[in-house]
Amino acid sequence: MSIYQPRFAPSRRTLLKGTGALIAGITFLPRFSQAEEEKKLNLYNYDTYIGETTLADFNGATGIETKMDLFADMDELFSKMKAGNPGYDAMVVSNDYLERMVKANMVTPLDHSKIPNMSNIDPAFLDPKFDPGRKYSIPYMWGTIGLGFRTSAVEGGMLDSWKTVFDSDKYAGKISVLGDAQNVLGCALKYLGFSFNSTDPAELKKVEDLLVAQKKNIKVFAPDNGQDLLASGEVVVCQEWNGDIAQVMVEDKDLNYIVPKEGTNIWEDTWAIPVNGPHPGNAHVFLNFILDAENGSKIATTVQYATPNAAAKKLMPPEYTGSPAIYPPQDVLTKCENTIYLGEEIQKMRDEIWTKIQAA
Amino acid sequence: MDNWKDNKNVFWTLAGPGTFWLVMFFVVPLAFLFIMSFGGKAIINGEMSITEYDYFTGFGNYLRSLDPLYLGIMWKTIWVSAIATVLCLVTAYPIAFGICFAPERWKPILLMLVVLPFWINLLIRTYALIAVFRTQGYVNLALGTVGLGPYEMLYNNFAVIFGLVYVYMPFMVLPLYATIERLDKSFLEASLDLGASQYTTFLKVTVPLTMPGIVTGVILVFIPCLGSFLTPDLLGGANAVMIGNVIERQFKAANDWPFGAAISFMLMFATFAALMLRAFIASRSRGVDV
Repeated sequence: MSIYQPRFAPSRRTLLKGTGALIAGITFLPRFSQAEEEKKLNLYNYDTYIGETTLADFNGATGIETKMDLFADMDELFSKMKAGNPGYDAMVVSNDYLERMVKANMVTPLDHSKIPNMSNIDPAFLDPKFDPGRKYSIPYMWGTIGLGFRTSAVEGGMLDSWKTVFDSDKYAGKISVLGDAQNVLGCALKYLGFSFNSTDPAELKKVEDLLVAQKKNIKVFAPDNGQDLLASGEVVVCQEWNGDIAQVMVEDKDLNYIVPKEGTNIWEDTWAIPVNGPHPGNAHVFLNFILDAENGSKIATTVQYATPNAAAKKLMPPEYTGSPAIYPPQDVLTKCENTIYLGEEIQKMRDEIWTKIQAA
Repeated sequence: MDNWKDNKNVFWTLAGPGTFWLVMFFVVPLAFLFIMSFGGKAIINGEMSITEYDYFTGFGNYLRSLDPLYLGIMWKTIWVSAIATVLCLVTAYPIAFGICFAPERWKPILLMLVVLPFWINLLIRTYALIAVFRTQGYVNLALGTVGLGPYEMLYNNFAVIFGLVYVYMPFMVLPLYATIERLDKSFLEASLDLGASQYTTFLKVTVPLTMPGIVTGVILVFIPCLGSFLTPDLLGGANAVMIGNVIERQFKAANDWPFGAAISFMLMFATFAALMLRAFIASRSRGVDV
């Protein structure tokens, strides 16, 4: 019985036809243009963290087509960019993660000559410790972490201390705190009178014991939706970003926000340009665009966080500039600290503590 | 049957793409993670690097994952997954049984109803459960109309287990349906004729004969439950951390990929141990095996 052996033995004609088809197919592959940058821009940002019309306005003003991808938190941004820039031209980074990324050589220095609107920035933000001389970033928004609460459900209609969420069972089962190690441990450290960026193991142990004991009163660790839980009535007190609470305060007049008397951290979000982005020129044009006074004020109106853009702030209404949720009073600001990137070993230690708290 | 060596060209043309996919996108990444689990973060200039890794620094990560903290979480995960699997089995068996004994023209429709949730993304289904169970959710609103107070059904272990059972139910129903469908109904008739009660028939005839389906369903539900992190993250309260959440955090917030890889492999070894246990039990039993 003979077994059929299929053979690959083309004639010369079939070989030529095949090669021709292959070459024709290859020419359809995308070509790398070395010439002028195409009119496209890829952004990477939080959700609802830009003005409602900003991207459309940018497209109208410059003709550059913008696409914005979203991430949920800084860790997602960092782990995605760590593996290599997948094609983003500009991204929103918080101050401590910017420090981390600068150290890991993941961002490129800015060309200030392409960003003349930097003169609009409030001088207090022009030389921060985490980015001297604004070499790698422009400031976008700044804010605080504090307590959002429902005035009708809270005794006296006002709160004033971190004790409510970290050390008391008054509102047991109706409390939510943030979901990441840095912010919860940091604010608890502030409550106990220590520094937000403490690396002392003894102090961190006290915080761990405090939080393990308080866990039975906490309903949920809500990384970014504390304000939704507050608005829907699941919790009456939550530890949240000030802008998130300000956004729901606009819809629900019963809600309020304060910065506790022990102090909290001041965070700053910035725009930076990652290495290996395909359109760095367009990215600079975009950064210049959002530093413009008019565009900056539109962003601040939607996002309801504090803007470091002095020119934009002048255009904002008094409900915004006078709101204690957005601009805390000066005596409280003196007790607040910036978040600092503490190095990988400390991160590891803090993460272990966080896992212990979660597992308890 | 032909020996594949006789027709190597044909064999590799057919098996090539599948093997390539398996090696390229499964074996190679897994091997990479395995190598990474024996490494650690590089120490450059006296401080830990953010992105660089040292490879082959030893078993440090595995020893760290045997710490009581992580073993405790692993044990809780196994426990929660086991409860979810048992509940899934107990609710899926009557459903599969019912579909098998339904009239012929109803069977495809009923099967489609079981499979329909798959058409919707897992994340959206979990969010839907939040809308159903929260304090102002649908269940509490419905109970409120008859005067029963709002119950805490979300952000606790009940919600996590319910979420897991809800999500993995089709995985249990389908293998059970496949096995029960193949069951020769005359066995059940014979058993009843010989004097056994319905209950005894079920225990001594139906269950052993459908054991392959039960085992397949249990494996298909238990193993993904072990690794789930989305359900405890969204539905769980302060106490709901499972090993999947810890692994996720190592790869994101903690930026410690070698340790995350080590815990992942510990989880895989635990899964292998469970599979070996079930193979051991199956070989010792006198019943029908897969």
